Amino acid sequence: MKFDADNLRQMMEQAIPHAREIGLQVTDIGKEGITVKVDQQSRFIGDPDNGIIHGGVITVLLDTVCGVAVYTALDRFAPMATLDLRIDYLRPAIPRQAIYARGHCYRTTRNVAFCRGLAFQDTIDRPIAHCSGCFMLSTTGEPMLSDGAEA
Amino acid sequence: MSFADRIAAARTSGDYNTLIDGIPYFHWLGLRAEEKDGELITVLPFQDMLIGNPMLPALHGGVTGAFLESAAIMSLMARMQTNQVPKIINITIEYLRPGGPTDSFAAGIVTRQGRRVANVRAEAWQDDRNHPIAAASAHFLMA
Repeated sequence: MKFDADNLRQMMEQAIPHAREIGLQVTDIGKEGITVKVDQQSRFIGDPDNGIIHGGVITVLLDTVCGVAVYTALDRFAPMATLDLRIDYLRPAIPRQAIYARGHCYRTTRNVAFCRGLAFQDTIDRPIAHCSGCFMLSTTGEPMLSDGAEA
Repeated sequence: MSFADRIAAARTSGDYNTLIDGIPYFHWLGLRAEEKDGELITVLPFQDMLIGNPMLPALHGGVTGAFLESAAIMSLMARMQTNQVPKIINITIEYLRPGGPTDSFAAGIVTRQGRRVANVRAEAWQDDRNHPIAAASAHFLMA
């Protein structure tokens, strides 16, 4: 693939302000998809009664991996816009344990890219959330990341 | 103060910022609650750390989704008889326009409340409510 995996990893961790803020780490990148990890933090708690994180943290991870999976599937940075994202929360996240998300782009057409993703903790076979997302390609505007975004 | 007490206090006073203070994620995002003409509006003040696309710049799509989910939860806690944070089952987010580097607003409507499940629609906008940046439909367990 045209992407330099280390380069893309560095961009994802450093050039996306919200990803940098939450301490997102890329654990795997390839044509088949990408996986990221974030450590749980007390500021992510959405239910003070049980310490379970807010679903929004998972939405951020899944949106990120699905979007970047489009780049790896296309093998280039392309301007695109998220059309929609559907997330099913399959089980509550275990408090204080790191969360992983893996995204994969399984179909691209001239105009649209289709992705799915899973969030998990111990193993991907026991997901905490499932997502499917659709991205519009060939939009005007700038890609989320580009070769010039490292600066 | 237990969270159930916070919900009860917020319903009595009409100031739902008490709930935001009790939920670490809402507090960290910097959310605010405003009551306008009997409608609860959740506000996401802009911060640089909310950006997802530094080139435009635009809000992170995940943050926009998180904000809609949060606004839906605020509506449920304000309008329904519950003494805990509703548990999300699923959410569909439609992205309508890029969110710019400015404050965002959202309102939720409880479209169906059953004994166990509630359905909420939420919409987010920035400068003009007639030009929403995103909309969501979500189900929550109220148990």
